[in-house]
Amino acid sequence: MEQPIIQIKGLHKYFGQLEVLKGIDLTIQKGEVVVVIGPSGSGKSTLLRCMNFLEVPTQGHILFMGEEVGQREVNGKLARLPESVLDKQRTHMGMVFQRFNLFPHMTALQNVIEAPIQVKGMEKAKAEELGRSLLQRVGLAEKADQYPAFLSGGQQQRVAIARALAMEPDVMLFDEPTSALDPELVGEVLQVMKDLAQEGMTMVVVTHEMGFAKEVGHRVLFMDGGVVVEEDKPEAIFSNPKHPRTREFLAKVL
Amino acid sequence: MSQFIEHSITILPALLTALLKTLQLAVISAVLGIPLGLIASLARISKSRIAGLIAGGYVTLFRGTPLLLQVLFFWGFFSQLDGFQAALIAFTLNSGAYTAEIIRAAIQSIDKGQMEAARSLGMSYGQAMRRIILPQTYRRLLPPMVNELAALTKDTSLAMSVGVVELLKQSQQFVSRTAIVGGTYIWTAIFYLIIVVALTTLANRLEKKLEARG
Repeated sequence: MEQPIIQIKGLHKYFGQLEVLKGIDLTIQKGEVVVVIGPSGSGKSTLLRCMNFLEVPTQGHILFMGEEVGQREVNGKLARLPESVLDKQRTHMGMVFQRFNLFPHMTALQNVIEAPIQVKGMEKAKAEELGRSLLQRVGLAEKADQYPAFLSGGQQQRVAIARALAMEPDVMLFDEPTSALDPELVGEVLQVMKDLAQEGMTMVVVTHEMGFAKEVGHRVLFMDGGVVVEEDKPEAIFSNPKHPRTREFLAKVL
Repeated sequence: MSQFIEHSITILPALLTALLKTLQLAVISAVLGIPLGLIASLARISKSRIAGLIAGGYVTLFRGTPLLLQVLFFWGFFSQLDGFQAALIAFTLNSGAYTAEIIRAAIQSIDKGQMEAARSLGMSYGQAMRRIILPQTYRRLLPPMVNELAALTKDTSLAMSVGVVELLKQSQQFVSRTAIVGGTYIWTAIFYLIIVVALTTLANRLEKKLEARG
């Protein structure tokens, strides 16, 4: 079998005394679209943020293409990797945030080309070509020279997706990408994500959009109280949830 | 009236020379103090405990003691310095300490998501700071920095305590020589005002320019 793109083993995360993740094991294969659902505070965003080390795991291992992210075990203790190694690892994982986090002092195009130029040392002309094609891909070619403040939430999130894609990541992490959007703007962002999934991008999506989970997800994880309560194919989990907590949650949101 | 004009003509050349001294003190200590403040602010928010402690101690020391004390100290303690040099060092270090806190507050007012987004794209901390965080602080920095530079300009008058004949010292000398108080100090006030108003106008223009970028 092919090497999994992400492998999580025995992941625990504490915030002070609070244990937010209580032992997560998860394997994600290349090309897979994994959707993580669950109530607020269940730890799903934290799990996602641990994957690219925006949160530092308290215990356990995150492997990306077989290589441990952000840390190494030395004599049974976890030691941080040099930041430069972590920076390199992060270039392989694109992240999309709930609040977009576009750089407000840069135009849409500048947002997209900043990292390729700064991190990869790409030539500006080449980066701009790439940036324009990515903006076209998310349907925003004509907004290239607009500042984020002049874009709708949905447009901003699509720029943010283009920005993450510009680093040509092997996996895309979506942290509730539509939760901050007005209802009428959700569709355009989900459409872009759907297209991305159809093109074979590996995706981990934390979301409350059950329709998206059903339609696009290859596998759905239900998290509650810091553990993965249940995981299955979307049709199975939505039509026939096994665990009472899953049933309870789905009854509320569907 | 004619007496005022006559007096003014007598004192203005020397006052202008002294004004130059004031400007020298203000400009040099601002030009040196701003990068010093930037470095200290970055040290304060850095993960390094030692850098944070040193920067924190520096800021506390220079904000927590009278500027006049600092001027007198550098002049008295380092006997090889003349008054101008001692005052310049005190002003630079003092201004750097205030600037450090201004920049730190501005950096920390930027949404945490900005740093996260930059880092998630693979940018280093330094790249993220330089390209993403700091440029966003410029607009927020302007008003407090104008305050700081205006205060610095006026505080350069403390250099008179170590024998520097800057604007205020020169004015005072004319007053004690001629006993014309109002007719002398009005020029002193006008000169300080011109500097501060020019500074504010420049900052307002800059603010508008930065705003236009959206």
